Amino acid sequence: MKLPLEGVTVLEFSQYLAGPYAGLRLADLGARVIKIERPKYGDACRGLVTKNMISDGDSVLFHTINRNKDSFQANLKDANDVATVKKLAKSVDIITHNFRPGIMERLGLNYEVIKEVNPTIIYAEVSGYGAKGPWKDKPGQDLLAQSMSGLTWLSGNDNQPPMPFGIATADMICGTQLVQALCAALLRRKRKGIGAKIEVSLMESILDLQFEGLTAYLNTGKNLPERCASNNGHVYLGAPYGIYKTKDTYIALAMGKLSLLNEALKNEELAPYCEGDLYFTKRNEVKAIIASQLVSETTAYWCNKLDSVGFWHAPVFNYEQLTKSEVYTSLNMQISLERNGETIKTTRCPIRLNQQILSSNKSAPVLGETTERIKKEYKL
Amino acid sequence: MILPLEGITVLDFTQLLSGPCASLRMADLGARVIKIEHYETGDMSRNLYGESVDVCDTSAFFQAINRNKESIALNLKLESTKKAILQLVKEVDVVLSNFKPGAMEHLGFGFATLKAINPSIVYGYITGYGSHSPWANKPGQDLLIQAISGLTYQTGNEDYGSVPTGIAVADIIAGSQLVQAVIAALYSGEATEVEVSMLEAILDLQFEPMTLFFQDGEIVKRGNVSGAHPLVAAPYGIYKTQDGYITLAMGSIIKLGELLDCNDLVAYQDSSQWYSKRDEIKQVLTDLLKTNTTKHWLSILEPADIWCAEVFNWEQLIKQPGFEVLNMLQTVQCGNGGTYQTTRCPIRIDGEIITNKVGAPILGQHTESIAKEFNLTFGA
Repeated sequence: MKLPLEGVTVLEFSQYLAGPYAGLRLADLGARVIKIERPKYGDACRGLVTKNMISDGDSVLFHTINRNKDSFQANLKDANDVATVKKLAKSVDIITHNFRPGIMERLGLNYEVIKEVNPTIIYAEVSGYGAKGPWKDKPGQDLLAQSMSGLTWLSGNDNQPPMPFGIATADMICGTQLVQALCAALLRRKRKGIGAKIEVSLMESILDLQFEGLTAYLNTGKNLPERCASNNGHVYLGAPYGIYKTKDTYIALAMGKLSLLNEALKNEELAPYCEGDLYFTKRNEVKAIIASQLVSETTAYWCNKLDSVGFWHAPVFNYEQLTKSEVYTSLNMQISLERNGETIKTTRCPIRLNQQILSSNKSAPVLGETTERIKKEYKL
Repeated sequence: MILPLEGITVLDFTQLLSGPCASLRMADLGARVIKIEHYETGDMSRNLYGESVDVCDTSAFFQAINRNKESIALNLKLESTKKAILQLVKEVDVVLSNFKPGAMEHLGFGFATLKAINPSIVYGYITGYGSHSPWANKPGQDLLIQAISGLTYQTGNEDYGSVPTGIAVADIIAGSQLVQAVIAALYSGEATEVEVSMLEAILDLQFEPMTLFFQDGEIVKRGNVSGAHPLVAAPYGIYKTQDGYITLAMGSIIKLGELLDCNDLVAYQDSSQWYSKRDEIKQVLTDLLKTNTTKHWLSILEPADIWCAEVFNWEQLIKQPGFEVLNMLQTVQCGNGGTYQTTRCPIRIDGEIITNKVGAPILGQHTESIAKEFNLTFGA
């Protein structure tokens, strides 16, 4: 299959997660992504080892985020190397970086300079909190952005402390915003013949993630929403929305009429709450009643009951249960990548084009693996 | 600035969140979005939440998700309406849907049909579990997808059990994956069918922890003190202080101990213990940090370049100068003349933020004007 971004070349100065995750998606969609990496260490993520998992000298995390990319080694403290990179920048379509404000200017690789030699370049900067203001020099780190954004007051129960998402969500969501903007800028360039400067930040991206709740908050008297006393699923939704313990595991209940739920549960205590808006105004009481009933039987038992009345629900899986489920195995989500005889297993791109999954088997590059080839190719 | 999707028209059959947040971003980037709504009930998200969060007579959630779109209210079961829609498809660039698999084909709007009448159409759709999954007909609802995806064991402490994220993150991430691919397909100029399932999108969100699980099959535990990310060592987490909460991201326990004058921390000289003994170390921090104010601790840690931040809720956040300088909020006017405040697109292009004063439409606000503009008869 011809991929939509075939022919597009990206220079990726970005390290760690947000920028490289964007680069990964561009690569999945057909772009050629060349990482510009410093000698000896390369992208700091190469050394970011979790659970001692290393494959062919690099952390497994690095392999995951940087599969399907090339690596060009350059010492940006050396004027010759900078000149070489600048020459390379003449021939590419996209540049991304996540250096702190001012660094690319110092190197002479900022937008204004690159634009001189490549007028239709699409140049993207990823930051923590934008280029201006009192937060501009704060470390652009996921947990800090989550904490400052208000997000940590949405998950967990009311009696629990603020709770961050256990995934680097600000990084990831920022990466997706970047890809959207870069693809849009490519389209504009094709139609109008102009380049672009794109800026995204962790903070703006994670505020966008909260756009619904923030809109409700800002326009309805600025009353801070409360998390439920138990089984909190969403601060703006009534009972039963949430996850409940059963005799053996957990079960998730989506939104739905309490009266319908009670056709399955046949709970006398619940009956009085099925009227009007008590499902919302008394949601803590309602959830407590449901919780005390659901814990008495297994998840399979309740799934069966709820299926019979058509109430939206799902069992709760951990990775072990998930990867054994028929719904998971039908997706073919897993790919294997080999580099110098060592193999890692990871996930593929989540997008399907023309009913085909996109799965490249190109592994993450060894540091500087393609330097010579690229020099030759671009006559550097 | 010329918005990058200027001149692109999107015919949007989607409702609720996953699809509409995708078309919102396309509208932000300059596309014209024509939203097809059920002629009587409209998009379900108009009425999904309690009346307490209504803004301008409609749910604040709907208002946030559907600003800057046009609404046509149609009965898709009428032959005359179907005919008119197919006529309209000739004039648009993108068609989006998030119905259950097969529903668009059943309505006569399958990809093959659309492509036959518009040879460069990009058809994007979101499913819950993939069109060909054994779960294809189950409700693709955010909490349920979170529940089966393993995500609920990433957030919070181990003893909190299964904890969903308080944002419909599967919906939103699926929407943004769709936008990436749809715009990439527009760039390619080829008619393309793009599918993103919420399950695949939320597995991609977990690509780091899933990859680690693939290698050793071990379920990572979250820890029982200030759980923030299952894979990251102490001090990573949120801690209570005398007057609020403080977040510490990754950093040296020894340096932290020295700065805080705490020998119990300095004692952890072996950095490999910062993960294996993270609960112990975090407990020392918990006991220490609650003895003074957030400001006090920040005044010690920030100048020493420790990665830390104060934890804000929305009320505190919107008062911060760092927030103000982002200009993240905009006021828009909805179809009935009322105004409301909401967030803007998180992307900056050519140094400018993207705002637009047009709010969400009232149901069917543009049915007549669009019929006239495109010379269509939608049927009664």
